[in-house]
Amino acid sequence: MIRWLVGLIGLGLAATSASAADPVMIGVGYLGIAGTRSTLSLVEQPTENDGVAGARLAIEDNNTTGKLLGQRFALEERRIREGEDPVQAATALAEKNGFIIADLPADALLKVSDALRDRGTLLFNAGAIDERLREADCRANVIHTAPTRAMLADALGQYLVWKQWKRWLLVVGSHDEDKLFADALRRTATRFGAKIVQERTFEDAGGARRTDSGVTLIQRQMPVFTQQAPAYDVLVAADESEVFGAYLPYRTWDPRPVAGSAGLVPRSWDAAQDQWGAIQMQNRFIKLNSRRMTALDMQAWTAVRMIGEATSRTNSGDVKKVADFIKGPDFSVAAFKGTRLTLRDWNLQLRQPILLVDGRMVVSVSPQEGFLHQVSELDTLGYDRPESKCKLK
Amino acid sequence: MSRTWRVGLLSGLALAAAPAHAFIAYVSNEKSNTVSVIDTDSWTVTKTIKVGQRPRGIDFTRDGKFVMVAVGDDDTIQVIDAKTQSIVDSLPSGPDPELFAQDAAGKILYVANENDNTVTVIDLEKRARLGDIQVGVEPEGMTISPDGKMLINTSETTNMAHFIDTTSRQIVANVLVDARPRFAEFKHDASELWVSSEIGGTVSIIDPRKHEVIGKVTFEIPGLRKEAIQPVGIGMTRDDKTAFVALGPANRIAVVDVASRKVTKYLLVGQRVWHMAFTPDEKYLLTTNGVSNDVSVIDVAAQKVIKTIQVGELPWGITIAP
Repeated sequence: MIRWLVGLIGLGLAATSASAADPVMIGVGYLGIAGTRSTLSLVEQPTENDGVAGARLAIEDNNTTGKLLGQRFALEERRIREGEDPVQAATALAEKNGFIIADLPADALLKVSDALRDRGTLLFNAGAIDERLREADCRANVIHTAPTRAMLADALGQYLVWKQWKRWLLVVGSHDEDKLFADALRRTATRFGAKIVQERTFEDAGGARRTDSGVTLIQRQMPVFTQQAPAYDVLVAADESEVFGAYLPYRTWDPRPVAGSAGLVPRSWDAAQDQWGAIQMQNRFIKLNSRRMTALDMQAWTAVRMIGEATSRTNSGDVKKVADFIKGPDFSVAAFKGTRLTLRDWNLQLRQPILLVDGRMVVSVSPQEGFLHQVSELDTLGYDRPESKCKLK
Repeated sequence: MSRTWRVGLLSGLALAAAPAHAFIAYVSNEKSNTVSVIDTDSWTVTKTIKVGQRPRGIDFTRDGKFVMVAVGDDDTIQVIDAKTQSIVDSLPSGPDPELFAQDAAGKILYVANENDNTVTVIDLEKRARLGDIQVGVEPEGMTISPDGKMLINTSETTNMAHFIDTTSRQIVANVLVDARPRFAEFKHDASELWVSSEIGGTVSIIDPRKHEVIGKVTFEIPGLRKEAIQPVGIGMTRDDKTAFVALGPANRIAVVDVASRKVTKYLLVGQRVWHMAFTPDEKYLLTTNGVSNDVSVIDVAAQKVIKTIQVGELPWGITIAP
């Protein structure tokens, strides 16, 4: 039976009530790495279901809507263990699922996307924030719901500049991803007129994150590490590896705020976010998962909701049709951030406001007032179209 | 005390329409947990009533004797006696009530409960919960067709207007609209249903018989980015000629010619304008401006903002005594 009636072209569609016929099945895979990483703060320690818990909630949300449209969503989770081939795991997952939400490191994601290209599977990168996945290494079958390092750095930088904290002491960890975040922060400083007065490197000498007399030692180390700095307004830490960042607040030699990887942190989502109707979403998440919602959960939720939004608008579960709609000019998704989220058509990155959080509250949301853009103010965050090196293929 | 209210409401229903008294507006202040009472002669706040947590949806009972206000974070609807201007009772809504609609007789109340995807049906006389209707994700907008046969609920994450038969309490149709539908309003002649989409930035016009979107109102304000245009509350004049649409953080009310579905004028009001209410003589339209903590008064005939009244923090809903 015809289940969608086109009104006037471009004016949208009307769906009739649910039919008694079998629902259209829409399979969504979730591909992640087994195990969790260690954080300095015990309260920030991710759970085993970080990310996939958000996908699960979105599947429920999609099914509430799907009941009315004759669509049924199912989630299949697959975790890759160390030494396992991500391509093999992804191929197996793609058997039954036309859509895959991926929380994978950049290299693994690229291998998977190239292996699944001919199959037509649509991938959503919910985890990797690497710039190169949206730039030189962008792919036409990968949509990014995770923000990039440059978007996060710009979101923070706009606020610091608005606050007139323009002199930054940059402290960088010794791991590769720390250096990448530092690169993004340097670019931000140049773009928005902040000055990095000095850079310091915090070497990872190894060692445990949990110890019995941790605080005593940290309290001696951190003031010494930050002393004799030139005059600065804010210490900006680049420590994605969770080695030292969280040790800095309240322990700097000079009484200065900390931002970046600790203190005031830019994130796509936070458990404290309650504006723009988010409280309903937070409540639904806690009810389903018995814990609070993280940024990764939100990035996965958004990916699955994008699929649901497109299947209801197209009234179809066909991957090609859904993918075309998501990449098309009429697509947008609501995600409790006060504005519609759309895709950058040149690299398939989701435009989104970034929250600045302190672990207890949402302090601000970027883009900040006054950062203007001719297309979308959300494009003041991260690399813009004219700078992009991406050629989608 | 609760019994007094019940008796009062019953006797109120028994009477014909209550005589119109001086216009009094009630404004719910989402952050202050208060309701501001405004006198439309002096345009001043005459009283501030303390209510439960996070008051939003607010409406007079049909007899004009009571004001019902949904206090979402207390999971109930409180009842204010319009004579004493104090809380006299509460109604058993579901969790997190936000907006509600009552039938023409003022006997049945339908409440959108954002937290559990249901619409709760309440018998106003018995103050009893009659049942729940399962709808889409995050139900919000509520209205009833002029003939009372069709209840409309919009769900914010499902992005639909649900048509619910008030006799069978079953969903009979679902119409997809743009993202985050927040408010629904019928034309008085029942020929069209208007639904605002906050994130989509449009108002969908639905044929309520065919359950089809037959047109859309779009908005464009020079110098203002598209994302800031977030339609919420809708007010329609009794002759169905002019509609007013609150545009949220665009800080404007759009004046729409209903026949052509085109915006004829934008009126600058306060910041993040949410909802609105006409005075019964339709001379004035009052809007709640969330972020600037005030209410704008619009002269309907002149289509001009003539006054601003300071109220509590984050004013949200508004109702005016019939």
